[in-house]
Amino acid sequence: MNTAMVEAQGVRKSFGSTEILKGIDLRVERGSVTCLIGPSGSGKTTFLRCINHLEKVDAGRLYVDEQLVGYAERNGRLYEMKERQTARSRRTAGMVFQRFNLFPHMTVLENIVEAPVHVLGRPRSEVTAEAQTLLDRVGLGDRGHSYPQELSGGQQQRIAIARALAMKPRLMLFDEPTSALDPELVGEVLDVMKSLAEAGMTMVVVTHELGFARQVSDQVVFMDQGVVVESGAPADVLGNPQHERTQAFLSKVL
Amino acid sequence: MQQQHSLPATRQVTPAAPGESIPVVPLRHPLRLAIAVVLILVALSAAWDVAVNQRYHWDVVVSYLFAPQIMAGAGLTVLLTVVSMSVGIALGTVLAVMRLSANPIVSTISRGYIWFFRGTPLLVQLIFWFNIAALYPVIAFGLPLGGPSLVLGSANVLITPLGAALLGLSLNEAAYMAEIIRGGIGSVDKGQYDAARGLGMNSSQLMRRVILPQAMRVVLPPTGNQVISMLKGTALVSVLAISDLLYSAQIIYSNNYQTIPLLIVASLWYLLMTTILSFFQTKLERRYGRGFDAAPRRNFRSKTRSMTRSKTRTIR
Ligand SMILES: Nc1ncnc2c1ncn2[C@@H]1O[C@H](COP(=O)(O)OP(=O)(O)OP(=O)(O)O)[C@@H](O)[C@H]1O
Ligand SMILES: [Mg+2]
Repeated sequence: MNTAMVEAQGVRKSFGSTEILKGIDLRVERGSVTCLIGPSGSGKTTFLRCINHLEKVDAGRLYVDEQLVGYAERNGRLYEMKERQTARSRRTAGMVFQRFNLFPHMTVLENIVEAPVHVLGRPRSEVTAEAQTLLDRVGLGDRGHSYPQELSGGQQQRIAIARALAMKPRLMLFDEPTSALDPELVGEVLDVMKSLAEAGMTMVVVTHELGFARQVSDQVVFMDQGVVVESGAPADVLGNPQHERTQAFLSKVL
Repeated sequence: MQQQHSLPATRQVTPAAPGESIPVVPLRHPLRLAIAVVLILVALSAAWDVAVNQRYHWDVVVSYLFAPQIMAGAGLTVLLTVVSMSVGIALGTVLAVMRLSANPIVSTISRGYIWFFRGTPLLVQLIFWFNIAALYPVIAFGLPLGGPSLVLGSANVLITPLGAALLGLSLNEAAYMAEIIRGGIGSVDKGQYDAARGLGMNSSQLMRRVILPQAMRVVLPPTGNQVISMLKGTALVSVLAISDLLYSAQIIYSNNYQTIPLLIVASLWYLLMTTILSFFQTKLERRYGRGFDAAPRRNFRSKTRSMTRSKTRTIR
């Protein structure tokens, strides 16, 4: 029985004639934290977007929560998913972006209740109470009525995490969540992510924060030029890399 | 006052306590003041001249200001503007979304529509709709190549002059609004699409809840211009013998030769309408600007500034 939260088998993805993902194999266990590292342009973002159906997989199989991404498999054939089905499948995972992407025309609270109310059709009062709890959890209980623009980057990213959590995802995807932040604001976001990991959330995190990877993750995956070069326990991949490309990358980052 | 004189000394000797502000002597602008005074004088004398000049016939203006014919014309102008703008905005939004569609046929149809309706004179379009009966005596919906069809009736009966005016103005406006709305949609950050889709929204929710409300900010100012030019542009329908505001005034002065007073009457009504529209435009712009640009920040900043000022005063 397949119990992994994410299972990638030879996932390929091209933009035009350039192949960006050249056969990714990866397993993310339920309740585990996986950190994706690798040089710029290696396809980390693209892979994360594939997991959340924001990009279409061209070849290979990608299972998220035992569901094939983007296709329905019937009688040995793959049928492309309809838009509504895709939208439905996206609810499995919550995504946090490098540039926060909060809805600027809504207050913090409105940002958080938007999808549960309008996508899931849940009652607003119930969702608002939950949103308040989430805000407290990310340490911003008093900022519900602010607009995103009035908040610091670190605060915005914590709101973005709360917004994703409000959909009760089974998996959280983070794409360089701290790269756009001033150094002194990185810690507050990492702390929220740490507590999320401790609470047992399955997480896939693209990051350059190797300290976080070492401390929090169960698995570190090093990607380069569209393939997984090396993966394993953080102590092994970060402390004793086997592949020379990994060694070269780590020596540059450290 | 005393504090003000000793300001330089205060600055050197005692640094401001944290949280307390130093009194500020605002920079004076003598030239700006002089220009303002001259301009006010010029404006006042011009206004006075207009008011006392007998040849404006202000008595005629007053007597026709609320004349039934003028009021009816104004009402028709409002009706034409409201209906044409509403249809234009609704259809323009559809066209804008079509234009951005990934389906090449859908986007080409939209592009073709915009190309045609912006590229031909509105006057020609109005006259075309008015004379549609000459081209299509019977209006019916049906399948091509002689399939079954639903006959709606004779074009002459269905397309009245008012109908032709509304049709012409709306369809033409939709083309302009489509381009304005497309620009607005294009101004929204691409990350917003990812965020909305990532939360499970489908295309329609994404557009209605996330993209269009943000596009509004960019769409509103040019739309305000469109409404105002539509308001005055409706005068073009006089070619269809529809008595809008301007045409009503023209009918009256062609009888009594009081050309200028009646044009003043019409202009006063146009001014009133555009004033009301601008008022609503400002309100809407404020509404959709929330959370954007400097609006909340500016409030914040000016609040601190006024706080500083009042503090300074208490120190004095
Ligand atoms: N929509 C797209 N169309 C065309 N090319 C794209 C698109 N998205 C990404 N690419 C290309 O795919 C390659 C991999 O991009 P990706 O963003 O996945 O890399 P990354 O590992 O996340 O890099 P970074 O660390 O800079 O974020 C890049 O060369 C990029 O130019
Ligand atoms: Mg990236």
